[in-house]
Amino acid sequence: MTAPAIETTGLARHFGDKRAVDGIDLDVRRGEIFAVLGPNGAGKTTLVRMLATLLRPTGGSARVLGHDIEREAREIRRKISLTGQFASVDEDLTGYENLLLLSRLSGLKGSEAKDRTMGLLAAFDLSDAAARQAKDYSGGMRRKLDIAASLIRRPELLFLDEPTTGLDPRSRNQVWDIVRGLAASGTTILLTTQYLEEADQLAGEIAVVDHGRIIARGTSAELKAKVGGGVLQIHLTSAERREDASRILSDMLVGEVRASGNAASLNVDVADPAAGLAALGALSAAGIALTGYSLSQPSLDEVFFALTGRPPEPENGQESGKDDATDSEAAL
Amino acid sequence: MSEMTKPLEQAAQDAVLSAPAIAPRPPRPVSVSLTYAWRALLKIKHMPEQLFDVVVTPIMFTVMFTYLFGGALAGSTDAYLQFLLPGILVQTIVFTSVYTGFTLNTDISKGVFDRFRSLPVWSPGPIAGAMLADVFRFTASGVIVFIIGTLMGYRPEGGFIAVIPALMLMNAFALGFGWIFTALALSVRTPSTVMTLAWLVLMPLTFASNIYVDPATMPGWLQAVVSVNPVSLLVSAIRDIMAGTPDAGAILLALLAPGLIAAVFGPVTMWLYRRER
Repeated sequence: MTAPAIETTGLARHFGDKRAVDGIDLDVRRGEIFAVLGPNGAGKTTLVRMLATLLRPTGGSARVLGHDIEREAREIRRKISLTGQFASVDEDLTGYENLLLLSRLSGLKGSEAKDRTMGLLAAFDLSDAAARQAKDYSGGMRRKLDIAASLIRRPELLFLDEPTTGLDPRSRNQVWDIVRGLAASGTTILLTTQYLEEADQLAGEIAVVDHGRIIARGTSAELKAKVGGGVLQIHLTSAERREDASRILSDMLVGEVRASGNAASLNVDVADPAAGLAALGALSAAGIALTGYSLSQPSLDEVFFALTGRPPEPENGQESGKDDATDSEAAL
Repeated sequence: MSEMTKPLEQAAQDAVLSAPAIAPRPPRPVSVSLTYAWRALLKIKHMPEQLFDVVVTPIMFTVMFTYLFGGALAGSTDAYLQFLLPGILVQTIVFTSVYTGFTLNTDISKGVFDRFRSLPVWSPGPIAGAMLADVFRFTASGVIVFIIGTLMGYRPEGGFIAVIPALMLMNAFALGFGWIFTALALSVRTPSTVMTLAWLVLMPLTFASNIYVDPATMPGWLQAVVSVNPVSLLVSAIRDIMAGTPDAGAILLALLAPGLIAAVFGPVTMWLYRRER
């Protein structure tokens, strides 16, 4: 009986000649975390803004929680919360004032609004910073305040637009914990991200977008089956042994061995960690010394390479995968 | 999954589950506007310098014109100050009216507006609230300039009480006039563009007026311009009020332009505001 959280058909938004979103069909079930994965400029934010009724589509249609995004915007606004890409807190106000403002605008009165504000500040570990202006907050604190501001009422559907972009790893982990907690409470979440690892950690289902279109879709496991399980990166003590190392890796592993930016480094896709470990053993047996290795999730660049045969647009490609190689960094 | 739930994870879950039940009826427009006005006042509280920014120029002009040119223009600095101060009050409040547009554009460029717009409340609330707060801003900056004038020796013939109707008239003028700048704010990209363009409007409006000198000595064509300048019309009405001889005709004439501006730029602003970006 209940309508899906999100249903779109050919949803599009063109800005003049630029096709920011170019025909997206999406269906998001209630209660799940759905990730929209893509590089900068892929149309993620435009998609979210349309679904959150901030932007009118130029084509196609969409229903959010059973309501049409064009004709029933007000109904949708009652049921959703949006945490925008750039922390949409008022920097001039204190954390306390920010939440009190939104509590009042949500219809809470007097002491109810104050209680909710204090409760949220405490829940997100911001009580000590309550009296400070948000412009003095760290990126992580700002994000937490921003998410708290989305939870004054209980949203049926929460949009998180790139919730961890620009955060340090510790803050990122905190945001992930928060997102998991929200999902455990039954809130449907649509999040956008540039990190496959983030989508993998949080989302039940992932849609990969590029140039305003969905180019792949599925669970994290399905996507990884297409892309490859992960990337083994090795750093050689000496670049002279690169040829040998490359040959050994090619023999041991299915994936193509790729040169990395550094002359003494190599990247290779591995289907599972055990295969990677075996390959490392073979290198060691051949007497090839390493200064380090890492086994990481494929970065967005690699996902794109696997799906489209080309990296994402050069203007955004460099940054996107940077934070992904943190899984199992180790020095030999 | 036997892993223990992390504190933040638990806290986030509890935060959602403990959300208070909210009446299905969202807050009414009046309460929404008052809440946004409260927000604007909080900003003045955190940054009181924004009030001083807008009075620095008028105070500088008052001091400079009075002591440099006052004697030459009006025979004595005292006599000139009596003439100048009502005009400077008007200039102050006209300058201040740019701020609604400036803050509106700042909000939009910072992204906080996306959140406001995604709320199920009366959508013109942020603009209505900003205008309510402007009444405070206009009054405060007017009072600051008036106090400085008084310290320099200005004495309204109509008594100090005359400043109250004068401030009311200036508020009415500025609230109407300010719609030009809100419309401008919604049409340009950055707050500094709002300021730059606003100055292009404000400089001729305040200089080609009767604020600083009696237009009797100006060339005929300029006198014609000055006499229809809305700022001149307001200054004339304010001078009458401060002199204790308020003139209903002059007051109505002063309100004509801001009334027209509100009638044109009010709907334009709302259209631009609702237009999805």
